[in-house]
Amino acid sequence: MWVNPVSEQPAAIELIDVSKRFAGQEAVQAVNLAIAQGEFFSLLGPSGCGKTTTLRMIAGFEQPSQGVIRLLGEAIHDMPPHRRNVNMVFQNYALFPHLSVFENIAFGLKARHVPQTEIRRRVVESLDMVRLPGLEDRKPAQLSGGQQQRVALARALVNRPAVLLLDEPLGALDQKLRKEMQLELKRLQREVGITFVYVTHDQEEALTMSDRIAVMNQGRVLQMAEPRQIYDYPATRFVADFIGTTNFIDGRVISIESGMATVALDGLGTACVPDQTGLVAGQAVTLAIRPERLRLAASPSLDQANHLAGVLEEIIFVGNDTQYLLRFEDGARFLIREQNRSPSAGGTGYQAGQTLYANWSPAGTNVLLE
Amino acid sequence: MQDRRSPFFATYYLIILFVLYFPLGILFLFSINDGVIFAFPLKGLTLHWYQDMFGNTELLQAARSSLLVAVASSVAATALGTTAAIALLRFQFKGKTPFVALALVPLLVPYIILGAALLILFAGLQVERSLWTVMIAHTIVSLPYALLVIMARMVGFDKHLEEAAADLGSTYGYTLRRVILPLIAPAILAAWLVAFTVSFDEFILASFLIGRRPTLPVYLLSQMRFANRFPQVVAMTVVVMLASLSLVLLAQWLQRKGTVSTQVAPAGQIARLPGFEDISFQVEGVGKSSE
Repeated sequence: MWVNPVSEQPAAIELIDVSKRFAGQEAVQAVNLAIAQGEFFSLLGPSGCGKTTTLRMIAGFEQPSQGVIRLLGEAIHDMPPHRRNVNMVFQNYALFPHLSVFENIAFGLKARHVPQTEIRRRVVESLDMVRLPGLEDRKPAQLSGGQQQRVALARALVNRPAVLLLDEPLGALDQKLRKEMQLELKRLQREVGITFVYVTHDQEEALTMSDRIAVMNQGRVLQMAEPRQIYDYPATRFVADFIGTTNFIDGRVISIESGMATVALDGLGTACVPDQTGLVAGQAVTLAIRPERLRLAASPSLDQANHLAGVLEEIIFVGNDTQYLLRFEDGARFLIREQNRSPSAGGTGYQAGQTLYANWSPAGTNVLLE
Repeated sequence: MQDRRSPFFATYYLIILFVLYFPLGILFLFSINDGVIFAFPLKGLTLHWYQDMFGNTELLQAARSSLLVAVASSVAATALGTTAAIALLRFQFKGKTPFVALALVPLLVPYIILGAALLILFAGLQVERSLWTVMIAHTIVSLPYALLVIMARMVGFDKHLEEAAADLGSTYGYTLRRVILPLIAPAILAAWLVAFTVSFDEFILASFLIGRRPTLPVYLLSQMRFANRFPQVVAMTVVVMLASLSLVLLAQWLQRKGTVSTQVAPAGQIARLPGFEDISFQVEGVGKSSE
């Protein structure tokens, strides 16, 4: 059993070697997770990666084909959903359409025979918490999407679960409301101190809110780390590509010297990269460089050890940024992103067809071994 | 595409209406005609056929028998249909597909065959023919209607609602009582009304399986031989027709109300369905009283 080394508390949720097969298909494969109490933990991945199945196994709607699930140290994988001290916020909210907001929120308390007066107090309290006071008598159909979302949250939180499970709860909201709710969810989580397990396919959402993220693909957890770590040091090409945008370029290690490796980039020159993993000469590697770590210039820059020359293929204006597509001799392309720090009505000064340099520093390079 | 308001469609529609309702109108006319001959011109207006009808104990007895059979068989069919629909759509078990097929077969088998088959079966089992045997037959033939109406409603509502209830600590029984049954209640009522109507005017099965006490359709047909009693029969058919019509309209209204009031607004927009406000207002009143 996993125990927090600092607080000596058991994990809120612990998955040991959990697998799930549907009709011969491996939906989840040997997943191991330990989520600390009070943590905001996200399961992130494309659709069909097994993240929702994992969440549903924690809730009890699916039985693991194999493995152990523990809640605060107690094995729960054999319990029916109604006996698990976890609550879920569904993707489509699943509010009871025939019940008022009050009755929706009171549902769990009534099912557990909480006294009437306490029910009223707690429902009102939870409506305050999600900032929806005074809507007790409305029907779900009379609420906006954002309000329904808050009622769904209140309905789950009012039961004071040990863990709150959220299945893409913001997916149905429009962009602006989604941003608002991200901050709101984070605030709520800090206030109530409940462990959140959050399923999403939106990498930005996961990066914004989570204490830790598990990136999943094809039923497996590829990397589990804090948002910064995941963004700056993705463990695999899939993670690097799925989280944000990344430029990849293949190469081979030539030499290693005092923590720095020199990599030959197939016919394009060499690059200097930090050696964190104990590289050996001759090893095939892939360099992953974020578009914002690259600087576009008319000449090789002196303070950014690495540079590649290419032909500027396209200039894309996206409001806050301008993105450049630079094509190298071998046909590979780099996306370069530069912030628009001042208005540039007359353009950027560069023109398509020009030969320019992509400059970057060794520290901005992530080395993938695959 | 032709304009919907074109004279062609208007005429077509009027013809359909005429074909449908003219015979019924004739029936009504002769039920208030002062004479036993069914021919124009009418002899004069009277309500005494209705008076005679309400004084005819045999006729009233037959109506009561029909009512009894219809109530009993429709309740049985609805109960079976509800439980079967829940089982079929929410539980996994072997033999599901054959079960549905078998349950729906009575829709396809001609009543005359089913009637003969049941007659032979009851004779073989040495069960005396009575209103009970008619009731059993009517339960069999109205079950598919009840099943289909309730299944349609069950398919329309979100499975996640049941998961949400379980997630909130509700046992299956509590979920059934507080979520599933309230949500399919309009369909259950509609199914019951349909089953009731199927049984109430059913003639073929009843004539095979009836004992000493006839049901209304069987009795009415037997009275056709007596010309002087026939206007009473006509009066009764008008009463039955009006009652059936109001039941069917009520069933449809209930089913429509059920689908509208339980719809969840698409996320991100407030539901303002036309005609929605007043319906939700009614439902809201019910919700408050149960609090």
